[in-house]
Amino acid sequence: MIESTDSLTLALSKGRILEDTLPMLARMGVEPVEDPLVSRRLVFPTNHDNLRLLVIRATDVPTFVAHGAADVGIAGKDVLLEHGGAGLYEPLDLDIARCRLMVAGYPGALERAGNRPLRVATKYVETARAWFARQGRQVEVVKLYGSMELAPIVGLADVIVDLVDTGGTLKANGLEAFETIEHISSRLVVNKASMKMKHAGIDSLLQAFASARQAAA
Amino acid sequence: MRHNRWLLPEGVQETLPPDSWMLEQARRRLLDLYWRWGFDLIRPPLIEYLESLLTGTGRDLDLQTFKLTDQLSGRMMGVRSDMTMQAARIDAHRILAEGAARYCYIGSVLRTRPEEPGGSRSPLQIGVELFGHGGLESDLEVLSLLLETLKLMQVEGFYLDLGHVAVYRALVEDAGLDADSEAALFDIMQRKSAPDLSALVDNGQITPVLGDKLQRLVGMTGDASVLDEAEAAFAHESPRLARALADLRQLTERLARHYPEVPVFIDLAELRGYRYKTGVVFAAFAPGIGRELARGGRYDEVGAVFGRARAATGFSADLNALAAVGRFEPLEPAAAVFAPADEDPALLAEIRRLRSAGRRVITGLPGRAEDAAAMGCNEELVKVDGAWRIQFSQSARQG
Repeated sequence: MIESTDSLTLALSKGRILEDTLPMLARMGVEPVEDPLVSRRLVFPTNHDNLRLLVIRATDVPTFVAHGAADVGIAGKDVLLEHGGAGLYEPLDLDIARCRLMVAGYPGALERAGNRPLRVATKYVETARAWFARQGRQVEVVKLYGSMELAPIVGLADVIVDLVDTGGTLKANGLEAFETIEHISSRLVVNKASMKMKHAGIDSLLQAFASARQAAA
Repeated sequence: MRHNRWLLPEGVQETLPPDSWMLEQARRRLLDLYWRWGFDLIRPPLIEYLESLLTGTGRDLDLQTFKLTDQLSGRMMGVRSDMTMQAARIDAHRILAEGAARYCYIGSVLRTRPEEPGGSRSPLQIGVELFGHGGLESDLEVLSLLLETLKLMQVEGFYLDLGHVAVYRALVEDAGLDADSEAALFDIMQRKSAPDLSALVDNGQITPVLGDKLQRLVGMTGDASVLDEAEAAFAHESPRLARALADLRQLTERLARHYPEVPVFIDLAELRGYRYKTGVVFAAFAPGIGRELARGGRYDEVGAVFGRARAATGFSADLNALAAVGRFEPLEPAAAVFAPADEDPALLAEIRRLRSAGRRVITGLPGRAEDAAAMGCNEELVKVDGAWRIQFSQSARQG
């Protein structure tokens, strides 16, 4: 499927994105030597001699690709927004792991804050700052690494900025989503130098992904 | 804080022996190369009024420049973050050559933030600029010198990336975009984000017609056949666009004749330095390095802000990065000679003679026990029958 002599490294995001990526790779005829969902390997050779996979934390994918440690990566748009995307090409929307980046909290939380700066708990610090700045709203951002929903409950923050899929967790905790900052899906990102120096290989990988995406649609 | 007094700021490097000698030799040989091509050395100041550093480049360098207040004049000064504008100022205002002028430079620049994660904030910038000629020949000369620079630094397997900012400019200029849409579009083009481009069409910031053209432009990357595709798609758009494509084609053909071994990659959506570049833009890449090693292009309008618009083209690179990537090997200097601590006038005369003949002589210091080998010498001065002679060092032989 990937017809080129360029050897390529593809960085995959752990977690939900990985679950959605593996069937896509299977449709492309790419099979890792072991199942990345259960194996403890970090690097997975595949049935293609010139393609290997790295399985890493989602937030690390832009860093690996920007440095050239991986030629291509799959990362959520949320992570790319936060990273800023410097040094990366972002040519393809894979349309997987879809969700929304939203502002959420107890009903009426935005209004209750009144004139004082809104306290926002999130792991998307840059994105949240930029969003509220565009709204003309002064905020204090509290960086958290997980369990955002807890922040309004224990009074750590007025609102949270987080990914919302079904909204089940929010609802179960009496919270509601107010506004959508961005529709999120996973993107294929490419190192700028690799795009130029391994163009044939990257191009055929891009096309393989594009047709695998269509097959899924 | 005592424990980290030795710490250097992030992204700030120093070079130690033997690398520092290697870099110094590289510097000399590069400047010799530029001299042989007829380029004159300029040494612009490390610090200037901010206005002179930033005018011409728009805001591209504003965030990158360290700033301070001049206590004498009360004006803002900046530590240079790029020497290109300094060369343009010198050409437009100081030297005022009538015909073509060729300048080269090397010096430290400082950047408030690295260009890539973990990158340097204190590059050793080296480059050339050619003023006063608007034709392809000067672009070719600068490009050739870039390739010669990479060869001299023994960078292996490098690629050349070629683009032309007039293609994108011509497509977007007539669209009458407001500043916000233009900034959003520019950001998207930098990331070659086809999905975000579609989104921009969907929410009405750009017309579907423009969106369609730009989608095609984003895909115009690859070998010289990209130019055929671009000519078919865009040459009828405007004479300016057609000329840009024709220029690129000629340049690629000539490069292929002069440097058949260098792979050339065309990227028509590449917009590096877009805000002040006016023509051909280029960069060099090397295998395994995820960023540009050198870059340059044409910037014909910049001199105008200093009172004299002049055609201009040039390139620059970080010599530290070139040395790290390349396999430049300095000429092995003759090993040093060790001289014992001795007040004998005959010894002093012999040391002076050796040094003026270009030898490196390291004298022992009284009270220190280091011998020749410890000082990196494989020869030493020994008194034989009342005369000082060079002998292979005993200690070095044992070591």
